[in-house]
Amino acid sequence: MNKPIYLDYNATTPLNSEVIGAMKPFLEEHFGNPSSTNYYGTITKNAVEKARLQVANLLGCSANEIVFTSGGTESNNYAIKGIALANKHKGNHIIISAIEHPAVIEVCKYLEKLGFSITYLAVNNAGCVNVSDVEKAITNNTILISVMHSNNEVGAIQPIQDIGFIANAKNIFFHTDAAQSLGKVPVNVKLLGVDLLSLAGHKLYAPKGIGALYIKDGVKLEKMIHGAGQENGLRAGTENVLEIVGLGKACEVALRDLDKNIIRLSQLRYKLYQGLKEILKDNILLNSDLKLSLPNTLNISFKGIIANNFIHELNNNVVASAGAACHSDTVKISHVLHAMKIPEIWAKGAVRFSVGVSTSEQEIENSIKHIVNLYILKTK
Amino acid sequence: MRIYFDNTASTPIYPEVIELMTKILKENFGNPSSIHHFGRQSKVTIENARKKIAGYLNAAPSEIFFTSGGTEANNMAISGAINDLKVEHVITSPIEHHAILHTLEHYENIGKVKVHFIKLDDKGRIILESLEKLLKQFSASFVTLMHANNEISNLLPIKEVSKLCREYDAIFHSDMVQSVCHYKIDFQKIDIDMASSSGHKFHAPKGVGFIYINGKRLKINPFIIGGGQERNMRGGTENIAGIAALAKAFEISHQNMEEDEKKIRSLKSYMVKMLSETFQHVDFIGDSMDKGLYTVLSVAFPENVFDDMLLMNLDMEGIAASSGSACTSGALKGSHVINHLGINPDRQVIRFSFSKFNTFDEIDFCINVLKKLNSKS
Repeated sequence: MNKPIYLDYNATTPLNSEVIGAMKPFLEEHFGNPSSTNYYGTITKNAVEKARLQVANLLGCSANEIVFTSGGTESNNYAIKGIALANKHKGNHIIISAIEHPAVIEVCKYLEKLGFSITYLAVNNAGCVNVSDVEKAITNNTILISVMHSNNEVGAIQPIQDIGFIANAKNIFFHTDAAQSLGKVPVNVKLLGVDLLSLAGHKLYAPKGIGALYIKDGVKLEKMIHGAGQENGLRAGTENVLEIVGLGKACEVALRDLDKNIIRLSQLRYKLYQGLKEILKDNILLNSDLKLSLPNTLNISFKGIIANNFIHELNNNVVASAGAACHSDTVKISHVLHAMKIPEIWAKGAVRFSVGVSTSEQEIENSIKHIVNLYILKTK
Repeated sequence: MRIYFDNTASTPIYPEVIELMTKILKENFGNPSSIHHFGRQSKVTIENARKKIAGYLNAAPSEIFFTSGGTEANNMAISGAINDLKVEHVITSPIEHHAILHTLEHYENIGKVKVHFIKLDDKGRIILESLEKLLKQFSASFVTLMHANNEISNLLPIKEVSKLCREYDAIFHSDMVQSVCHYKIDFQKIDIDMASSSGHKFHAPKGVGFIYINGKRLKINPFIIGGGQERNMRGGTENIAGIAALAKAFEISHQNMEEDEKKIRSLKSYMVKMLSETFQHVDFIGDSMDKGLYTVLSVAFPENVFDDMLLMNLDMEGIAASSGSACTSGALKGSHVINHLGINPDRQVIRFSFSKFNTFDEIDFCINVLKKLNSKS
């Protein structure tokens, strides 16, 4: 059997070959503890600092504003708990969108138990937060707004810059989870006006187990992982040098290839959508506005099918997701589609296809055939 | 010649582990939470790793939770004891790793807990009577004591401590970062509630470790909250390459444990002999000369033999060692462990730590460098 075509790049990405190349010496040769002041430690320390600059360049910030973490989830935990616990004397209200990743929603539920109050912002049918809703939700007790840069399931890009403008004017901390956006659309922390931004390596062709948090100069968090003084005293634990180097390289490549990738990814996605639409016509429904979503993400509902079952068979040939990977073994309609008020009959048939830099035109053509054939077979 | 005598700080990755990781990094990229072919492949990799590790520790796979390393595991254990199990008193020692001490300090500062320190003898060994006294005074407390000290090598009488903890209904956690994969650990024989481990101390990469949580005795909440990974105990997409590497390094370490221990012990004995012959009044701190963790030799050189540039001079001669633990070696304050033992600050203390990849020739070379540096100063 041939390997299935992988159209699930929003769940995770394979490593870029340049990233593997950059990591190789740190897997095979350089193993010193960056905190050791000897020759071995100096090499790895320098590598970590180089990577920090590479990440900072992608985000448009200074290297000292980047803290490495074990991934997007830890970054979100640190940002949200860190702000909440450090500012609880100022207020207890947090605003997030209803379509955040579990790593944000679950942290807020935990904070609710500690006495914080959470407002969940609704989204429109394109999956976007309304800026006026943010404004209305703000109270004197609001200490933090957290809205993801783009949604992992439907790809909807959020009006971060506008929200940032409001948050800054009202002196409210603003965090965005940009795990899905990096390498797919431009993300510049200064333009966006965010205080905190989370990113995950494995969504941008770096390995799993590594991520970073942008903390704007001057923003104070309650520390989450205590111990020795690594990461300028902000995150204890011996640095994951190998994967930090991988993340740094991936960020460098993402910045270098961004323009090229945006065009290529959107062409591939459009080809996939057009190909399916031409044949399946009104049997498919788009779950986002293509102009307002990530160039690689296509979330469509198929009429009259249960996506989980459909995907299960489709995955032999084409790998895609029904709902987000993190909760894909449950059949209930994803919280994102629910928040978008997609009618249940359609929401049940929602499938996410996400293309990546190694996706070929041929793979898209073959995917269309597989998807259409299976759909016809299933709805006969 | 470049010599690495800093294996307590970190270790080179085993060649077999490098090979496995290279393969996984290139081929095995599915998200373990995805239900398709790619995801399942990653899921299987992780669960096999968990089973293998649990097997070597004589624990259930459901008692092993992967983390980003020893520090996260220690933070998780402490947070679990304080935030979830609501302990009010913590008993520890003044020579724990900073991942323990600074975490406890934080919880004490925010008023969640009172921290009590066990008394140590002049060799830095914990005094069991002191532990018992504290346990009596503060019942149902949380005891956290490291299994093997990373700086002075002292080993915890873990079974005795465990027995006392049970007697006084305390929760017992041990930072086993330096002992896992260097000693055979059997959780059916060591009655413990939680333990921490870190891959890069036994030839796996940095950025991966685990916490053992005794499933028969307690349940804590996740420390990193998110998408339900690690059976809802630790959010975050799993570090597949790191986790697979951890299990492989476990396998290799356990297959060769006796042989490796024997080799490392003979290297250390040779170093002890050579240093004792070369320098009058050289001392070996804690139990590091013989009874302690066999990878560590902590040496206090006689006064006025070397200046405080010794560590740097050794490095310039190609010998990597450390003063105290790596995590504090850049700090001017010096090691909290060495300070606690009251070693004369005019004596230079160097920690040499070995692995099976070191040789007798390297020790000869090191002794010659020390002689040379001595004659210069």
